Amino acid sequence: MEVKGRIISKGVAEGEALTTNMPISFYGGVDPETSEIIEKGHELQGKQIKGKILVFPNGKGSTVGSYTLYRLKKGGVAPAGIINSDCETVVAVGAIISEIPCVDEIDISKIETGDTVRIENGVVKIET
Amino acid sequence: MYLTKNEKKMLDGEEGYAVKKSMEILVALGNIYGADRLVEIGSVQVAGVSYHNLGDAGLEFLNELAKDGKVKVLTTLNPAGMDLEDWRNLGIDPEFARKQNLVIEAFSKMGILISCTCTPYLIGNLPRYGEHIAWSESSAVTFANSVIGAKTNREGGPSALAAAFVGKTPCYGLHLDENRVPDTHVEVKADLSKFSDWGALGYCIGKTVQNKIPYITGIDVVSLDELKSFCASVVTFGSKPLFYMKDITPTSEKHQPPKEKITIEDNDIKKAYEAINDDTEDVDFVCIGCPHASIKEIAKIADLLKGRKIVAGTELWVATSRPMKQLADKRGYTEVIEKAGGKFACDTCMAVAPLKGRFRTVATTSAKGCYYSRHNLMMTKMGSLEECIEAGVTGKWR
Repeated sequence: MEVKGRIISKGVAEGEALTTNMPISFYGGVDPETSEIIEKGHELQGKQIKGKILVFPNGKGSTVGSYTLYRLKKGGVAPAGIINSDCETVVAVGAIISEIPCVDEIDISKIETGDTVRIENGVVKIET
Repeated sequence: MYLTKNEKKMLDGEEGYAVKKSMEILVALGNIYGADRLVEIGSVQVAGVSYHNLGDAGLEFLNELAKDGKVKVLTTLNPAGMDLEDWRNLGIDPEFARKQNLVIEAFSKMGILISCTCTPYLIGNLPRYGEHIAWSESSAVTFANSVIGAKTNREGGPSALAAAFVGKTPCYGLHLDENRVPDTHVEVKADLSKFSDWGALGYCIGKTVQNKIPYITGIDVVSLDELKSFCASVVTFGSKPLFYMKDITPTSEKHQPPKEKITIEDNDIKKAYEAINDDTEDVDFVCIGCPHASIKEIAKIADLLKGRKIVAGTELWVATSRPMKQLADKRGYTEVIEKAGGKFACDTCMAVAPLKGRFRTVATTSAKGCYYSRHNLMMTKMGSLEECIEAGVTGKWR
């Protein structure tokens, strides 16, 4: 399946999808060393986002979260790509400064954890 | 979003890495929020300065930008995690100080003024009415939009920096008059005679209106310091950095009170104090200056502390900007406050200094200060300046 979205941060990425319907706070919610989601009660708590195509509705929390994405990238544990339904400032800025391909305006209910997903600028290809 | 030839060149990297990255950020935000163009700005206030919040990731990114990034407009800085000159006096860890100084060096290299205050409008970054600016620091954003009538969205640290390198910001949100129309009428019928009542009022209004723009009536007299405190509180507990106060803030006469109406009465203010104040008597930390204390507030602190002593086991900090401290030095206020055992915390504040675990209970005049102190796992007491100074002298809240 192929769907078209809006480019937030350009580039090409491919990987296994890790999907949640809950917003993610990168500052305080993700361990910048290990890439593990550490927010209490989050449905992805305990999962590592390293190398994944991370699929979630939108970011939340402090704007310092943009720097967390940057740190993940520098440490080699960043997600390969990001797919949002509605991207907001924290994730947009984080993806751009970290050069992580990011696309939004995607119906994320179409992507399940474990799907192979390819982001090619604004286009998302999903293999279930 | 429409880009001029020059802006396209910046996006293509003709002015280097920092400008290119900044343009990418501004274009992405412009597209997300539906801006049709970039607008020139008069100044920038950059938040995200404390190493406590930035960490190594933030520091690394700032160093990357500082390699070729130079700000194009007047740019001032939010408080850092410590007093840049006298950090030892505040018990700051030397390794933290080393990292914080690296952050400051990076900002300095970019051409940013090392002002380190949340009240840039008191120390030389004062926008004019109607001017477009790109500010972060929610209390200053609210002050600039509401009290001055300048136009800014509530920027984050990185988006404010991006605007500084380009000298422009995407024109959406509060840059457009159609998004600055009040939509809730707030009638204040409460007594606001104590300074901290303004923080309590901000709590009541912010919690109630959340993302709406309040049009506040029923206020006859309010001082600049009270407005400063109200601005900090209303946006901490709500989220919209704009309000109107009838006959007090600019263009309030142009708007009619909206139909949707709420009333704030004495009982609401009382409930705000109950929500903010913890059930405790012992106070081991008194902090005045959230937002940063003005010279008038410092004068009052000195007056209240004259000939008295802060009790052993309790610390009193006056958080302010360096220029205010210099005025206080010349007037003799500093000597009085320090003689009483009080400390100046210049360049920093209770919201961004690494205070977790250092104190049990803080007494302050600031509702915002209480909110952030709870993040630092302190119990909180909010009251008038007189009550706070009394707590500093006795170690007890009465």
